[in-house]
Amino acid sequence: MAIAFTVNGQPVSVTVEEDTPLLWVLREELGLTGTKFGCGVAACGACSVQVDGALVRSCSLPVGEAAGKAVRTIEGLKAADGTLHKVQQAWIAAQVPQCGYCQSGQIMAAVALIEQVGTPSDAEIDAAMTNICRCGTYPRIRAAIRAATGAAAAATAASVPAEQGDA
Amino acid sequence: MADNPQPELDYPQTPAAPERSETPPTRKGIKRRLFLAGTALVAGGGVFALWWADSSARSKAKALVEGKGEHAFAAWVKIAEDDSVTIYSPHIDFGQGSHTALGQMLADELDAAWDKVTVEQAPADLAFANAALAKGFLPLMVGETVAGLIPDAVIGMMARAMPLQITGGSSAIRFTGEVAMRKTGAAVRAALVAEAAQRLGVPERELATGDSRVTHAPSGRSLRYGELAAGAAQRPLSSDPVLKTRAQWKLIGKPIPRRDIPAKVDGSAVYGIDFTLPGMRVATIAMAPVRGGKLESLDEAPALAVKGVEKVVRLDDAVIVVGKGYWQARKGLEALAPTWSDGGHGAISTAAIYAAQARLRQSAQKPDNESGSGDVEAALSAAGARRIEAEYRVPFLHHAMMEPFALTGHFKDGKLHLWGGLQDPLSTRTRAAKAAGLAVEDVVFTPMIMGGGFGRRFPDLVEIIDQVAVLAMQVPYPVKLIWSREEELRHGTYRPQSSALLTGAVKDGRITAMRIDYVQSGSAEGEVPFIYDLPAVSRRHFAYRSNQIDGPWRSVNATQLGFYTESFIDELAAAAGEDPYRFRRKHLPEGSRHVKVLDEVARRASWGTPLPAGVGRGIAIVESFGTIVAEVVEAALKEDGTPKVLRAWAVVDCGTTINPLNAEAQIMGGLIMGLSSAMGEQVTLEKGAVVERNFTDYPILKLADAPPVVDVHFIDSGAKTGGIGEPGLPPASPALVNALAALTGKRIRTLPVLAQAKA
Repeated sequence: MAIAFTVNGQPVSVTVEEDTPLLWVLREELGLTGTKFGCGVAACGACSVQVDGALVRSCSLPVGEAAGKAVRTIEGLKAADGTLHKVQQAWIAAQVPQCGYCQSGQIMAAVALIEQVGTPSDAEIDAAMTNICRCGTYPRIRAAIRAATGAAAAATAASVPAEQGDA
Repeated sequence: MADNPQPELDYPQTPAAPERSETPPTRKGIKRRLFLAGTALVAGGGVFALWWADSSARSKAKALVEGKGEHAFAAWVKIAEDDSVTIYSPHIDFGQGSHTALGQMLADELDAAWDKVTVEQAPADLAFANAALAKGFLPLMVGETVAGLIPDAVIGMMARAMPLQITGGSSAIRFTGEVAMRKTGAAVRAALVAEAAQRLGVPERELATGDSRVTHAPSGRSLRYGELAAGAAQRPLSSDPVLKTRAQWKLIGKPIPRRDIPAKVDGSAVYGIDFTLPGMRVATIAMAPVRGGKLESLDEAPALAVKGVEKVVRLDDAVIVVGKGYWQARKGLEALAPTWSDGGHGAISTAAIYAAQARLRQSAQKPDNESGSGDVEAALSAAGARRIEAEYRVPFLHHAMMEPFALTGHFKDGKLHLWGGLQDPLSTRTRAAKAAGLAVEDVVFTPMIMGGGFGRRFPDLVEIIDQVAVLAMQVPYPVKLIWSREEELRHGTYRPQSSALLTGAVKDGRITAMRIDYVQSGSAEGEVPFIYDLPAVSRRHFAYRSNQIDGPWRSVNATQLGFYTESFIDELAAAAGEDPYRFRRKHLPEGSRHVKVLDEVARRASWGTPLPAGVGRGIAIVESFGTIVAEVVEAALKEDGTPKVLRAWAVVDCGTTINPLNAEAQIMGGLIMGLSSAMGEQVTLEKGAVVERNFTDYPILKLADAPPVVDVHFIDSGAKTGGIGEPGLPPASPALVNALAALTGKRIRTLPVLAQAKA
């Protein structure tokens, strides 16, 4: 049966089994491959999108449950004129991605966090950013979130004693 | 994006090339293959024939990449008449940043304007076989003197014979970059200068280069590289051009942003799993739960009854279901109840492997490999020496690259086309051709961006190449095979499960002897230098194989050897009643690079200053892949008694840092991956099969448990350039357990830490 919802503001209608996860509808029916498959059991967050403003792991959301709702993906973060979202800009400035595969999900999680709490504390970042990154980009993810919200670098920064000639 | 070649929706044609069919190289296999190829050449060819083969490969490379108004120089660079420069990397970039760094090295020597430079993946064609890598590895095998006597043309032919286009061993910068990229850039620059001298009618010495121009200051005239390219490309390239001095570098050593990052933040980068073709079907697979087992029986009907399922394909040791999309294929697969044999491996378990390893160590007549110096036995039993021994154990580890394996295949008009991400494009073709029963020239492989690798994507360890090759030959449509995370985790080529008995003696505050008896599939001493200067030391390897296929896992054997050695040094320090940093320091050669690295990490981490209650501090130093890294970790216990790393420092001497921004990311990432593995990761076996299913029971460290900041500092010693992708990892696990021992007084000798905390 046809299931209708919006993706990044555009109305779409797909004819798939209702139990098909939203992830595979986005990737295979709608060609939006920025949302990634990582584990299939909502454990890694590579498939994170927003549904009606709430952060959702789309590998475990049957598309039937998205009917009539507004889905937002990594491809929908840019402004209409192509300007990147401030979180995406911060991600480039901090040179966050390595392999990059988890980063769509990381960015979606960061955007949801910032939209929810404004300027998150380190503790709020710890609690909200539960996506897996195998490359170990976490310190730069934290730095990028703080930079995107105008916050200073992590309060718990490793301190280094000064010495002459030390940059 | 230049660094992210988008898939071509048409079918790229690779011209037929004379090939030698050899099995593809593993990291270790590189050495063996170099010997084989070298022997064949000595037996078979004169110098003239070799020179011809080399120049013929060059013309083929030119033919493959030259478009209108473009002029290729050697295999690695072309200059267009609009001044744009394209650099071809024979290495794939799966996030380690080597495309940008290799580009910096060539462009700097070329004196090209960076904004006119793009870096692309070299085609999977023999003309782009990586001779520089062979040249880099040769001195490690046969010594500098012998290696220096082998002509470049011979090395080029050896690389094509292997065929060599591998990424691994932290080799891109130290070998390809130093040998191919810098020299090529300098040689092309020299050809451009020679061309300009002739055109302007002035001596070469009056000319200067910069910003993609050759300038004659006395007359104020200048020519763009684009104007000179056609003529310069006709000139011979020097094989021994003058390289810039460090003071002349404009791009090398600079924190230049990576070119591939913008496409990785807006969702537009196309990874292997994202590739699609019109009419393509999607397949998924279940493999024999016990490695070595076979498919015994299967009723296909339940899968075929699932809507959207089109076909069930039986392999010797697997079942593939093909559907309209991944979900349909997955549902079809879950509807099946195949039965499997266990290949006679049904009694294998994690505990049984450790027990067998201990028995082997105790009963073996002699080790399979041995290295060291001095009379260890005498020193261990000398009067007045305090002798201690300890057994250490580390489990199988999963690579857990975030993008599960995915490969697309289509057999069309007599050619098998493949699209996906693998660590060696050339040997991917070789393996696929063998599985499909085709000639190598009838396989066309298009390399795609990879969502991580960490050693899992070496083609000779990647079964999905065979699976897709066989599948694609049976169906008329393009098909993409995706492994589920469960299959990925349960059919890995893991970091080997390994154990070791360490014995040492201390007397008057100094180590008098140390012995490491370790049991695992392969020998590791050659890869991991023993850095301490001791009167007597012995490392003995006992070979043990389970039913698992051991693979290279980021930093390979340096993970377990580093863990054993650097944990035990702390135990010896404790036995001697000494501080772990000062104890290490006095056993390292005085004035060495190692001492400088160790001193600097101790200084930066304020080693020796008082810590808050409940915080422990640990230190470790490991040399691997030509790079020395020391790390300090501060750890505490959470309310539930599990450890948490609060802060971390790393000091690195990799000779020269090509791109500090990216090098920092690699060291930081390696340190965190090392902490992750030490903390919670293990693949265990029961009845021959892997127990763990998904990230739910194979825990990867998350942001909240990673140090918020990792202080990474580079010492530019100017020594021979070392690797950067792997060496950050090995010191992390011993630094962590050393910190926990300092905090709790309890020494953890079996990883992972969390399994011990629970036990």
